Amino acid sequence: MTDAAQARIAELVQGSDVLLFMKGSPLFPQCGFSSRAVAILQHLGVEFDSVDVLQDQEVRQGIKAFSDWPTIPQLYVKGEFVGGSDIMMEMYESGELSQLLSEQGATPAA
Amino acid sequence: MPMAADDIRALIVANIPDARVEITDLAGDGDHYSARVVSKSFSGLSRVKQHQAVYAALGGRMGGVLHALQLTTAVE
Repeated sequence: MTDAAQARIAELVQGSDVLLFMKGSPLFPQCGFSSRAVAILQHLGVEFDSVDVLQDQEVRQGIKAFSDWPTIPQLYVKGEFVGGSDIMMEMYESGELSQLLSEQGATPAA
Repeated sequence: MPMAADDIRALIVANIPDARVEITDLAGDGDHYSARVVSKSFSGLSRVKQHQAVYAALGGRMGGVLHALQLTTAVE
């Protein structure tokens, strides 16, 4: 990964309280796992930003090295990597995700 | 190229010897799996670290030849 890509990703991650790297957009997810991640966040009623990695090859490859995580989607809350869609689902079902988001002061979606 | 369930299991067990691995072929197409991996070695690790241990065992195949593996992990 280039330093420029690393810096850009760090900037994205720091610039948003709740950020989902995904394939496609929340309105048109391009992969079942990304779709599931969006559905979880929407169900929790939390405001989030998303980055469509399909629009940016540098971010698509760079994000995997950034978090040492091989797959998309990836959720970041307050700059911390939380996990992919499986971990999101597990944490959603146990109530931990909702707890984490409220502890971190994530804004409810309007 | 898809991967056989036994190959996935073998890679995980080769790197996490005490792991109990249950693999389900979700679509019957040899390409979409779910795996549950239970190991004592996960003790004290966050979920992210547990999953990273399994991905490391798969040696870079995850996200490549192995497109769809739903993963859950637990401490023995």
